[in-house]
Amino acid sequence: MVDKMMLIPGRSSKQGTSLNQGKLKDEYQKITSTLEMNKDDMAKRDLVDGDKVRMWNEIGETIVSCVGKKPEDLSAGLLFIPYGPPSSQLMASDTAGTGMPLSKHMMVEIEKVK
Amino acid sequence: MANENENIKIVKDATCTFCGCVCDDMELHVDLDEKRITKAKNACVLGRAWFAEHTIEDAPAAMIDGKEVTIEEAIEEAAQTLVKAKFPITYGLSDTTSEAQREAVAITDYIKGNIDTTTSVCHGPSGLAFQGVGESTSTLGEVKNRADLVIYWGGNPAESHPRHFGRYAVTPKGMFTPNGKKDRTVVLVDVRKTKSAGVADILIRPKPGKDFEILWALRALVKGNKLSANEGEWFWGVNIEEETGVSLETLTDLAERMKNCRFGVLFFGMGLTMTRGRHFNSGALLALATDLNKYTHFVAKPVRGHGNVTGADNVVAWQTGYPFGVNFSRGYPRFNPGEFTTVDTLSNGDADAALIIASDPGSNFPKKAIDHLKNIPVITLDTKSTVTSKLSHVAFKTATYGINTGGTVYRMDDVSITLRPAFESPFPDDETILKKIKKRVHELTLKKIHPGGASGEAKVAAVNPL
Repeated sequence: MVDKMMLIPGRSSKQGTSLNQGKLKDEYQKITSTLEMNKDDMAKRDLVDGDKVRMWNEIGETIVSCVGKKPEDLSAGLLFIPYGPPSSQLMASDTAGTGMPLSKHMMVEIEKVK
Repeated sequence: MANENENIKIVKDATCTFCGCVCDDMELHVDLDEKRITKAKNACVLGRAWFAEHTIEDAPAAMIDGKEVTIEEAIEEAAQTLVKAKFPITYGLSDTTSEAQREAVAITDYIKGNIDTTTSVCHGPSGLAFQGVGESTSTLGEVKNRADLVIYWGGNPAESHPRHFGRYAVTPKGMFTPNGKKDRTVVLVDVRKTKSAGVADILIRPKPGKDFEILWALRALVKGNKLSANEGEWFWGVNIEEETGVSLETLTDLAERMKNCRFGVLFFGMGLTMTRGRHFNSGALLALATDLNKYTHFVAKPVRGHGNVTGADNVVAWQTGYPFGVNFSRGYPRFNPGEFTTVDTLSNGDADAALIIASDPGSNFPKKAIDHLKNIPVITLDTKSTVTSKLSHVAFKTATYGINTGGTVYRMDDVSITLRPAFESPFPDDETILKKIKKRVHELTLKKIHPGGASGEAKVAAVNPL
C-alpha cells in the first residue's frame, strides 16, 4: 500500500534529553528514527510496533521503526517523528522567499521493509 | 551566591539555557572534583539532562581535518579560510552568549560575509510578520500576573518547554491571578493530541494546514462579521467545519472568550511557521491579537526554542538593523530572507565557506543544503561532537554557556538575564575563540586592502575609492 501520508517532524521530551547526551550517541539516533503512526493505519499495512518501514518522497528516503499511537491522539493519515537526520532526508530546500523550508506537513509514502 | 562545602559547591539562582524559558531559579550542586553537576533543583526533565550531560569530555580543543592542533593553529586556519572565501557565511548562534554573538557579527562584517541564525528555520517567518503586522507584546511576568485566557497555538510546551506552564502561564499564582490555574482558561490548538492537552480546558484540533483560515475566520468573528449568509458556511459556500475541522460554534465561542477576557495571550509555535503559509500564519495570529485590543488587552508571543535564540535576534538586530539573514558583501548590511538565509545560501550553492557556531545544520537542514555543506570548508564551535563538527575543516570544542561561562542571554520575552557559571572548563568559551578569529581576520583583511602597508590618506583612499 503506497497511500500518501502527512509527516510532522517535531520536538519530544526524549529527543530533548538524548540530544544532551550527544547527537552521535545511539539513544538520539534511535529516538529520531522512531515513527509514530495511527494504530489503524498500521493495521491496514500489516505493521506492528518495532517494524521497519521505508519512508520516501520526491526529495529522498529513509528507513525508520514505527510505533502505534491511539487514533484519538494521532489522526489517520498523519505521522509524527522527533526531528533529526532521518526527517531531514525528506525535507525540500525551497523556502519560498522566507528562509524557512517546509519542515512539517511533508507528504510521504511508506512501505514495510521485509 | 556560591557556598563552598568541601568539594561540593552550591550555586543558587543559576540559569538553565537549554530552552527559551531560560529559567533562572536553578540550585545547582556541583562536584568540583568530578567537574560535574550532580543535582539541579527546580530543573525540568530537559534541564536535568542539560546539566547532567554537560561534563568535561576528554577531547581535543581544536582539530583541523580531524587531526588535533593547537588552538592558535586552528584560529589561523579559520581566519585564512574565511578571508579567502568569496561568499563566507556565519550561522547558528542560538546556543551561545550575546557577547559571543556580537563577535560573530563583527567577524562577518570584516569578511563582507553573510550572517544568519537558527531563527531563520524557527520563528524567522514570525520575524517577517512582526515587520509587516507589528507585535502586541508583554513579558512572561505580565502573563503570570495578569493573563486569564492563555492560548497555545501550534506547539507542545509540555515536551519542548516543560516549565512554561508551571513558571509563567498556566499554574503560577500572580498578582491578579491569585488562584493560579483556577483563574485561567487554557486553550490548546494543535493537529495532534499531545501531552500538552492535559492542561487544556478547551482542545481544538484543526485539520493540518488550516491555521490561516481559522485565524482569519476568528478575526471576522471578533469584529462581529458573519462568515456567510448561510449558517455554518464560509465565504464561498464551503462548510467551515468540513474545510478546517473546527465548527463555527467552537470558533464563535473562542472569539467571545477572547473579547471578554481581562488579559489574553496567544503563544504560538512551529506549527504555524514551519507549515504552508509560514509568515502569513504568524501574521494572521499577530493581526488577531492586535484586533482584540479594541475590546480588551491581548498579546501574542512566539515560544522560542533555544536558550539564546532571542538574544541572537536582538544582537544581530542592534548590530546590523535586521534580525537574521543579513549580508555584508557590499560593505553595508542588507536583509533578504530567501536569499541571505542559510538554507538558501547552502542549497543554492552560494556559500563557499561557513563559520557555524553552536548549531548543527549538518543534522537538521534539508538534504540539498547538507550536501553543499559537505563540499565547502566549514569551521565549527561546539560543546559536543555533532554531524556538522564531524564534517568540519576546523573544529573547536568550547565551554558550555551557563554551566562553564557567564555572559548574557535573552529569555523568549526579550528579558536579558545574566548567567552564573557552575564550574570551569579546560576549553575556551565561544567569545574567546571568536575574539581571536576576529582579531586575525581584521589583520588579514587590512593586509588585503593595503598590501604595501599604506598609511594615512592612502588608506582612506583605498577603502573609499572615488
